[in-house]
Amino acid sequence: MSELDEVVREFLVESHEGLDQLDRDLVTLEQCPRDRDLLAGVFRCIHTIKGTCGFLGFSRLEAVSHVGESLLSLLRDGVLVLTPEITSALLQLVDAIRQILAGIETTGQEADADYTALVELLTRLQSPDESPAAALATTVAAEGRGSAVSDTNIRVDVGLLDKLMNLVGELVLARNQILQYTATHQDSAFAATSQRLNLITTELQEGVMKTRMQSIGNIWGRLPRIVRDLATACGKQVAIEMEGKETELDKTVIEAIKDPLTHIVRNSVDHGLELPAVRVAAGKPAEGRLVLRAFHEGGQVNLEICDDGAGINVERVREKAVERGLVSAEQAARMSEREVHHLIFLPGFSTAETVNNISGRGVGMDVVRTNIEKIGGTVDVQSVAGEGTTLRIKIPLTLAIIPALTITAAGDRYAIPQVNLLELVRLEGEDARTGIEMIYDAPVYRLRGRLLPLTHLSRELQVGDGRAAADGAVNIVVLRADDRAFGLIVDEINDTEEIVVKPLGQQLKGIPIFAGATIMADGRVALILDVLALAQRARIVTEGRDRSQLEAAPGESTAVRGGERQTLLVLGLGDDRRLAIPLSLVARLEELPRASLETAGSHEVVQYRGEILPLLRLSQLLDIPSKVDPGSPLQVVVYAEGGHQTGLVVDCIVDIVEEAITLQRPIRRGDLIGSAVIQQRVTDLLDVQSLVRRAYPGWADAVALREVVA
Amino acid sequence: MSMPRQLCTFVVDGLFFGVDVKHVQEVIRSQPMTRVPLAPRVVRGLINLRGQIVTAIDLRRRLELPERADEQRPMNIVVRAGDGVVSLVVDDIGEVVDVEDGSFECPPETLQGVARQLIPGAYKLTDRLLLVLDTERAVALDGDAS
Repeated sequence: MSELDEVVREFLVESHEGLDQLDRDLVTLEQCPRDRDLLAGVFRCIHTIKGTCGFLGFSRLEAVSHVGESLLSLLRDGVLVLTPEITSALLQLVDAIRQILAGIETTGQEADADYTALVELLTRLQSPDESPAAALATTVAAEGRGSAVSDTNIRVDVGLLDKLMNLVGELVLARNQILQYTATHQDSAFAATSQRLNLITTELQEGVMKTRMQSIGNIWGRLPRIVRDLATACGKQVAIEMEGKETELDKTVIEAIKDPLTHIVRNSVDHGLELPAVRVAAGKPAEGRLVLRAFHEGGQVNLEICDDGAGINVERVREKAVERGLVSAEQAARMSEREVHHLIFLPGFSTAETVNNISGRGVGMDVVRTNIEKIGGTVDVQSVAGEGTTLRIKIPLTLAIIPALTITAAGDRYAIPQVNLLELVRLEGEDARTGIEMIYDAPVYRLRGRLLPLTHLSRELQVGDGRAAADGAVNIVVLRADDRAFGLIVDEINDTEEIVVKPLGQQLKGIPIFAGATIMADGRVALILDVLALAQRARIVTEGRDRSQLEAAPGESTAVRGGERQTLLVLGLGDDRRLAIPLSLVARLEELPRASLETAGSHEVVQYRGEILPLLRLSQLLDIPSKVDPGSPLQVVVYAEGGHQTGLVVDCIVDIVEEAITLQRPIRRGDLIGSAVIQQRVTDLLDVQSLVRRAYPGWADAVALREVVA
Repeated sequence: MSMPRQLCTFVVDGLFFGVDVKHVQEVIRSQPMTRVPLAPRVVRGLINLRGQIVTAIDLRRRLELPERADEQRPMNIVVRAGDGVVSLVVDDIGEVVDVEDGSFECPPETLQGVARQLIPGAYKLTDRLLLVLDTERAVALDGDAS
């Protein structure tokens, strides 16, 4: 790439931003062709590009944007009214300008492309052969209104932010080391100072992370244009709706999700939604709906792409999968509907009858799935024949700093990303000797009645024989890879902490089992395990992923359809009571020693991450006598709302489940919303918000106040 | 007038080596090392270089020389190679030596195997030979290195 002039670079950045905005505005304009503000904005953008490239000597670009400008000025002045034909021509103009800009970016000068056809088209559209627009007068231009946003914003190079992020990563590590050092020293001034360092570092980390955050709207912005072009090409009518545009994600995650998301949307329009005539015949409105939804839940971002199209044709998917040799006819016949839906993620799967330039080119949903899993995300599909399809993606907020569990195997520490972690199991005494059973040479453990395949980490890494730890106990880390659970036997389970992910050098790229490395609090390096690669190495999941699909959890296919699927935390209380709360409301789960309990005012509190965390005993609030041994550690669910936190003390954490919940007895009783059957047990759904408000009458005001200040 | 070249020198199993000082970032003492299971044997482990994670390559193993005695504390020469930095684990560090182009000679045909790939030649110093190490090749581990 040639060295670009600073002025040209600036011009390119500004123009690209302007063009992205143009794409959005032009599509909006189609709905309300007389919006003068929008027209004025579109005109200004093209005008600026024309003016600047004239100044920089890009004559071809100037010529093309000039005709566009003339056409736009007629529209702006109301001489012409926007028609779909004009919109298409203007969108073509935007594409042409992008093409020229791309040429300038790579070569430093304009490419020799021919745009005479476009220029002619734009010129022809300027002659008002049809009805001259009515409203000539209303000259309420928005010219003078400067943007308030641009005054408080500056443009920062992403490279600089990456560097800052790295430095903060270093600081986090140095902070961890100092805190560990503080613990062994009795100097109160030093302790106080390091505590302050701790707080500042945490805030700085959050702040810098925020600078890298972008709203999902940034990549959604281009979708209306793509959907419009595609719908026009297929002869379909599509209305696109977006919810949660402001949901923020780290820039690296945004980049990684861009292509998979576009692919899914294209698929929905091309395969999902039907032609208008078919829709009308099926009693649906001619215009198809495509809904994009984004929201935060449990430290992750959820993205949903829903269409109200025909849904996945189960029979056709079965046929195609058999035809392509992905599964045997017998297997296909045995599969539940939900298992069949998941076949679309297999490599080599496509139901497109003909290969066209939209989708069905063999680059299918398996690539989408691989790309999403590469960044630690998951993708799921749900479909109801005749009613539509929903794809649900869960991705982490950021890739740079992640929560992880550290464990020890053969004397070395390793980190396991928390997203893969399901639960921890420790077998002691008699259980340690008899708990692990063998099926031929494959060790398994009965986890709540289901066989969990096991593997020894030290054997997989070839660093030891994986014999039980010195005290005879067996530690099993239950992990999820590719929808399958498996148990990893390790020597010791250490701690969970936030780790900074660092890449491995070129020499170690060939070992897929390590996702990177991190620096622990004592300054030593620890390797981060790639759980999917580990599972593949241990043959828990095969690389073709076929087996895992076929043996998906049997319970799932019988899940109640109709109810919204949500992720719930199931808690145990008293003799046999089960309660559930949405995981999205849970900040963390903690086990705290009883000795850490202190009292502030009339409340029980603990010191938690440098703050005072008030505790609420669920057994007292709900009047269910607790059945826990008074000496055992406290099981605490940390609930956060608007910057305030409180800890709910429960008897035990039972499980995290994702299920479609149907309220069996939707009767409100105090803080309970109703009951539902979760994992074959009657479970009460708890309204945490109302519970907390009842316990702390001032809570709502404090939260509201904080939101106003923020 | 040819510019004299400066080489940072070190010893591996009695052999006297040099790498261009321009490639050397720093020299550090023996570091706590985290082993990397399943990695090629020449990778001694990972070290924490002020927050940066650096792969350490044992030059004895890379040059197929006998293992270092247990009590011997190795040194690390951190070199810039490829698109990152790599630490070369050596027995001992020598001085920085000025060498003239005139004293350079390619290795004889009798030099075989891995040494032939990694040693492009030697400078004839008055008292001994200074072997030049090709750092790019030394840190590039392909199939044959494991």
